Amino acid sequence: MKNSERTGREGLTAYLFLSPWLAGILLLTIGPMLYSAYLAFTDYDLLSAPRWIGLGNFRRMFSADPRYLSSVRVTLVYVAVSVPLLLIVSMALALLLNKGIRFLSGYRALFYLPSLMGASVAIAVLWRQIFGGTGLVNQVLGLFGIKHGSWVGSPGTALWTIVTLNLWAFGATMIIFLAGLRQVPAELHEAAAVDGAGPIRRFFSVTLPLMTPLIFFNLLLDTIHAFQAFTGAFVVSRGTGGPTDSTLFYTLYLYQQGFAELKMGYASAMAWALVIVLAAFTGFLFLTARRWVYYGDER
Amino acid sequence: MTTLSISRPLFGRRRTRSPIVTGLVRHALLIAVLVVMLYPVVWMVAASFRPSAEVMNSLGLFSRNYTLDNYKHGWSAGQLNFSRYFLNSIAITALSIAGNLFSCSLTAYAFARLEFPFKRVLFGLLLATMLLPYHVTLVPQYILFNRLAWMNTYLPLVVPKWLGVEAFFIFLMVQFIRTLPRELDDAARIDGCGHWRTFSRIIMPLALPAIGTTALFTFINSWNDFLGPLLYLNRPELWTVSLGLNSFLDVTGESAYGSLFAMSTLALAPIVGFFLGAQKLLIEGVATTGLK
Repeated sequence: MKNSERTGREGLTAYLFLSPWLAGILLLTIGPMLYSAYLAFTDYDLLSAPRWIGLGNFRRMFSADPRYLSSVRVTLVYVAVSVPLLLIVSMALALLLNKGIRFLSGYRALFYLPSLMGASVAIAVLWRQIFGGTGLVNQVLGLFGIKHGSWVGSPGTALWTIVTLNLWAFGATMIIFLAGLRQVPAELHEAAAVDGAGPIRRFFSVTLPLMTPLIFFNLLLDTIHAFQAFTGAFVVSRGTGGPTDSTLFYTLYLYQQGFAELKMGYASAMAWALVIVLAAFTGFLFLTARRWVYYGDER
Repeated sequence: MTTLSISRPLFGRRRTRSPIVTGLVRHALLIAVLVVMLYPVVWMVAASFRPSAEVMNSLGLFSRNYTLDNYKHGWSAGQLNFSRYFLNSIAITALSIAGNLFSCSLTAYAFARLEFPFKRVLFGLLLATMLLPYHVTLVPQYILFNRLAWMNTYLPLVVPKWLGVEAFFIFLMVQFIRTLPRELDDAARIDGCGHWRTFSRIIMPLALPAIGTTALFTFINSWNDFLGPLLYLNRPELWTVSLGLNSFLDVTGESAYGSLFAMSTLALAPIVGFFLGAQKLLIEGVATTGLK
């Protein structure tokens, strides 16, 4: 009796502590989610009441809106290229830093710094110059006699400049890999070496399997992150997604539709399509994880 | 060495490469990557001090005529001057940090230390919101704030922080508080502390590393935030540094890169400053929780 009374009072205290967060999750997360699920099936311009149009928004997305489809394509290409690149580069640098190297903390700090700046408008402005017609990249190429037009200004290359912007901020991913590498027991490496395994073999047979939980984690976070890329594309393309929609990221198109053209229903439908794709991706990753993610405490 | 390499040929062969040479190769590689990565930023800072005629046509860092002109022009260019944008950014960032610390620490204490009905369900909900793309709430939140007449106020940017919308930080603090010994709570209880006092006098002072990490990452996220201010702040007198820079690019185009670089340098300075002051905390925060 006394015990349940105490837990009862503790429960009350707990809910007091939780009240800001509970209010937030109800009013700013769950409520809005339900409302946007409803809006996805409507036509709504903020001025007149939402009008129910059933699957109209989704039909339009997939059959009557070529810009939507190109934003999907741009985003998928971006995710498919930039995430693996990010993981490979982070892993490579983490491996280089892992073995008792001098000035480790200095290197770590300098590699990490760009990931704090990468999301800022200031760096996107810099990127616009670097890959512009008379920018740093072309000046360096000019030294070798190579001539090239503006990288951000031509449809074939504009997306790749944003890939490099994302890649530039690999430091955070690298730090996580580095933390993981330090947990790999040295005895395993020594045992493999005694058995005649060279460094490459040791990497693939010892290090990589032990790193799979972190690869899984980084893959998940970086993919979700990449699907939501916005600032770089907005600033580099001046909000247009150009040239010729080559940097029309999904979120940029959602912004244009929702907040420039006030198609709130359509933007909500787009947001839900993104949620479904991300949920499917996350689900797929968790399902396949059993096959390729190795946890040390198994078996 | 030779006998060794006979008994373990592969191992022995690898070992013959001198550790000094591999060390040097390693350092050379790392430094090369760093130079390529950091050169553009260093170049930008250097260019911001060069006269505008020299800004664009030099790959190098040095000049004979350093000047502060770009800073003078940049500061008062655009629609309003940058003192306003900086004050706005500082206000929004400070209120966001206070908000996140308030809501996240209270929530984290409850999850880490208290027993209550539906705890598991709610914790699951917390974890789920970490993976949720914010776009799904972006449109309805915009409609909500619009209807509350919060447009062109700081409320849409700040209030969500006071209501613990950034679940990552709650998770970070829960993980940290769980590492603190329970005996501390019991001792405090025996000394007559209630939960509020245990929270504020015992746990919070010990959770300073987690609080510091949260404060720093909130600072960096708010300072860098672009979409939020872009949506909610339309009046130039409310603009943040990010919006100021963006509109500066709109107004001047490519013609005033000198001033643009000067203002970009100033916009990045607080981030670099905080980083230099607290890099250990930030890097450990990333390494242990995956904040990025």
